[in-house]
Amino acid sequence: MALNLARMSWPDRVVAGEVFMVRILVQHPMETGYLQDNEGRTVPRNVIQTLTCHWVGEGMPLKEVFRVEPSSGISANPLFEFYLRATRSGELWLRWIDDAGQMGQLRQVLTVHGA
Amino acid sequence: MMQRRQWLHASAALGCGALGLSGGQTSAWAQGMVSGRLRSLSDMLAPWSQGAPPVRQAVHLQLPVLADNGHLVPLSVRVDSPMTEADHVQEIVLVSQRNPVERMATFHVGPWSGRAEVSTRIRLAGSQMVLALARMSDGRCCYDLADVIATESACVDGS
Repeated sequence: MALNLARMSWPDRVVAGEVFMVRILVQHPMETGYLQDNEGRTVPRNVIQTLTCHWVGEGMPLKEVFRVEPSSGISANPLFEFYLRATRSGELWLRWIDDAGQMGQLRQVLTVHGA
Repeated sequence: MMQRRQWLHASAALGCGALGLSGGQTSAWAQGMVSGRLRSLSDMLAPWSQGAPPVRQAVHLQLPVLADNGHLVPLSVRVDSPMTEADHVQEIVLVSQRNPVERMATFHVGPWSGRAEVSTRIRLAGSQMVLALARMSDGRCCYDLADVIATESACVDGS
């Protein structure tokens, strides 16, 4: 995927044992299916069906740490914030799929400092 | 040759016809949207409580009192929970009172989250109550309500 449609961020310094906030911003129109385009044709509904965030650690099984199932009630370019307890360094793997079957993903290294 | 009066009549009929047509379309739209009807609290709670009697406690729903744009309303939900293996929040559901799609989002969290708090931005089809419902690991169901005045609805019928 050439274009990066998502951004994931957390505090600069994450210490083991601490609870930190993860912020996710995805570029997505979240079409409700109720609006029309300039020619009066209904724009089909296209919202993110599921967005998941997995924790990937070396030698550890994939662990789902966050999942959201939005509907058309979530604004365009959705923002999600949630919390995680830091254990050890790894990667956060963000994936989503929308009504049009379009999938997207983002992997980002998470460095956890010793307490 | 056509009289002025005849022409006026004809054009008026045409105009009315066109109006009638577009009027019909608009009402069809409104019907399709099923918007505008305010659901009762029990109607909002019933599909999500799954039998457990919902209680209004432990959940704190934060929304602006006045949202001048229904397209983008910041929302945050916090649940009082130790988030341990034995006692944690499993699911947080956001329900709208008036939107054509009742369920706005479902969040899945767990003991690994450390804190039961999520934030997002929602769409609102006009002023209404918003419900946040949390399902606990022991089957309990807690909720909180917030009243929002939205001066501009997120549902505009194609205009």
